[in-house]
Amino acid sequence: MERALAVDGSVGRPRVVASRRLLDETGVLIGLAVVLAIFGALIGPQFFRAANLELVARQTVIVCVAALGMTMVIVSGGIDLSVGSVVALSTVVTAVLLQHQGPAVAALGALAAGGVCGLVNGVLVTQLRVVPFIVTLGTMLLVRGAAKGLADERRIEAPVTWLNSLLRTVRDGSGLLLPTGIWITIVLAILVALTLRYTRFGRHLFAIGSSERTARLCGVRINRAKIVVYTIAGAFAALAGVMEFSKLSVGDPTVSIGLELDVIAAVIIGGGSLAGGKGSVVGTLAGAAIMAVIQIGCSQQGLSNWVQQIVTGSIIVGAVALDRLRS
Amino acid sequence: MAESVRLEMRGIRKIFGATVALEDVDLTVAAGEVCALVGQNGAGKSTLMAILAGALKADAGAMRLDGAAYAPRDPLAARQAGVAMIYQERSLAPRLTVMENIVLGVEPVRGPLAIVDRDRMRQIAAKALAELGHADIAPDDVAGDLSPAAQQLVEIARARAIGCRVLVLDEPTSSLGHADVAALFDLIRRLKQSGIAVVYISHFIEEVKHVSDRFLVLRDGCNAGGGVTADTRSEEIVARMVGRSVDDLYPRGTHVRGEPILDLEGVGPAEATLTLHRGEVLGIAGLLGAGRTHLLRTIFGLEPVTVGRIRVAAFAGPASPRDRWQHGVGMLSEDRAGEGLAQGLSVADNLTLSHPGPLGPPGFVLPSRQRSVAVRWADRLAIRCADVRQPVAELSGGNQQKVAFARLLHHDVDVLILDEPTKGIDVASKAQIYELIDELARARKAVLLVSSYFPELLGVCDRIAVMSRGRLGPPRSVEEWNEHSLLMEASGARAS
Repeated sequence: MERALAVDGSVGRPRVVASRRLLDETGVLIGLAVVLAIFGALIGPQFFRAANLELVARQTVIVCVAALGMTMVIVSGGIDLSVGSVVALSTVVTAVLLQHQGPAVAALGALAAGGVCGLVNGVLVTQLRVVPFIVTLGTMLLVRGAAKGLADERRIEAPVTWLNSLLRTVRDGSGLLLPTGIWITIVLAILVALTLRYTRFGRHLFAIGSSERTARLCGVRINRAKIVVYTIAGAFAALAGVMEFSKLSVGDPTVSIGLELDVIAAVIIGGGSLAGGKGSVVGTLAGAAIMAVIQIGCSQQGLSNWVQQIVTGSIIVGAVALDRLRS
Repeated sequence: MAESVRLEMRGIRKIFGATVALEDVDLTVAAGEVCALVGQNGAGKSTLMAILAGALKADAGAMRLDGAAYAPRDPLAARQAGVAMIYQERSLAPRLTVMENIVLGVEPVRGPLAIVDRDRMRQIAAKALAELGHADIAPDDVAGDLSPAAQQLVEIARARAIGCRVLVLDEPTSSLGHADVAALFDLIRRLKQSGIAVVYISHFIEEVKHVSDRFLVLRDGCNAGGGVTADTRSEEIVARMVGRSVDDLYPRGTHVRGEPILDLEGVGPAEATLTLHRGEVLGIAGLLGAGRTHLLRTIFGLEPVTVGRIRVAAFAGPASPRDRWQHGVGMLSEDRAGEGLAQGLSVADNLTLSHPGPLGPPGFVLPSRQRSVAVRWADRLAIRCADVRQPVAELSGGNQQKVAFARLLHHDVDVLILDEPTKGIDVASKAQIYELIDELARARKAVLLVSSYFPELLGVCDRIAVMSRGRLGPPRSVEEWNEHSLLMEASGARAS
């Protein structure tokens, strides 16, 4: 019905579209509300205490940071399976650098390492003309191997610095309210959302994901955009790795195996399409939140891990099926 | 000739939405007869054959096969009834062997587990190939490794293997060399002798003259006569295909030819040489698959320049599409859905994709400004959409095409390369596009227009060049052409 309205309408009737646009992200937000309501009812009002909500945020922040990069990649019609490995490499690089350098240098070094991994992904995808799934499947193993090699297949101990408190609950009355890591994530989320919406680069990502041939016809520099987007995604994954290090306080080359699947799931639940051209930051964050709420809710309710996994799996398939029905 | 009618189609009608594709069309073919089906692009040949093959359902009319009612539910039912189609594009499974392809869907099996009987498969394939006089094709060869001509033979063998009674060949020579064409005609003669009824679709009049017993002309979805091929001159057949005279869809202002702006010198396999001037509409006529699109794409940098030189104003040499936009050249793709427009993007995004400059500070796109630019063009071209943020996929074909056209206007290019700009759109939108083209030429822009629809070329162009069999002829003033001469030239009838 919506479709018929739209086709028969004339110029200058924005209301129909505005309500549809709202629907795109309200779907996942309603989903989040439903999940919260269910666990609120099961567990009681203490589920909504600030401390508990902060726990949800801290739980999901690593997935969120990586998913911001993944959102851009998926919007452009690509995919990045190397995320989990880059996170592991990043924890190792951070730990190794911390042994001789300050925490800022260590973190920047880790980001640079992640950026290089992303750059390699982007260059391989554009120059070898191999599909991103295969390229990043390869670099997933490659980077994991590099992380293990760099760490000599051990955990790397590192001195304690402020990096270890990135995700620690704030109790010093400094007025920060939330851990620094969460603030960083919020700022980055806003930046990515603005980039996707208001910059030429962001609009080009949608164009490339929607139809690469059209983008080419219109003179969009496709290869450059792709290389940039994979590089950014690599750096975001590395930042997620710095946060992972903050939680672990060691560099661990075996950490975050399979994280990329959680990250992709967050983007997909949030309305992203593996065919490209679709996805939003709000959706992705809500998608990640849904998974975190289920995880924490289940464990606080005393439900086993296997229940969580079944519920999360059903939600991934359900969310995408619902999206198909809508369009 | 028609001692036993094999296939009979009577009063076939087919309607797509508001368009009548076929109206009261009759077609009969006798056993052992080759009937050529001819008509211009869009005359309804493909629709008629899709109905015969069970891919489409007729809205009215009846079909009979050897006297019995024939109404296939789907293409499989049609095949089982003995109607086989050989399309322009090969339809073999390229990784399977020749024999697997030949028996595909009717594999001989043995035993209760229905295990494929490879020995019998090989026998069936070898027999079918031998009947075609091509025992040289080995049943165990991989189909994808064969030449186009051999692949076509395998398809015909497949048709034989399922016991076909009616064989439809759609532009069968388009991918064949000279020797292969001669061999194919031989084969068609032999198929004929074995009693198969052949429907032969072709644009090429000399082929029709050569191979068919009778011909049937379709024009605008209706029967437009037919007869015994041997008794009819080529010119008569062409005249039937062309039919009516040019109508008054086409405005024609005074175009003043200015300085040259696009220069081609022996470009590509077409060896295209022409000069396009400001204030001029230059048309390239030709049939589908003649290589026109490839030439346009080469000019625009979407295909590499293999030979020849391209110069746009002061810029010589090859360039990417991005460069071309900067040189002031814009292109409208013939593949609107796959290339011209990003279907998932909004009207506004599609319209401004090549030229986001005016939409904000460098690197930024401000939605409010993008919106007002898009609304302005939507109003100007009367693009009917609910909102410029609506996905372009939800618009009708005509409105989509206007969005694609508006991109060139928004970019304010000096050279417009238009590939089939009115393909598949309604008459009102067509008229609007003709008006725009005329307006642009009067504003001293240069337009290079490719179209398969000759009346349109004659209506809007100042000069026309014809591409035939991959070669581009010299442009000549529109006064020197008419539909008849264009079709003769394009279909190579002049050569025979």
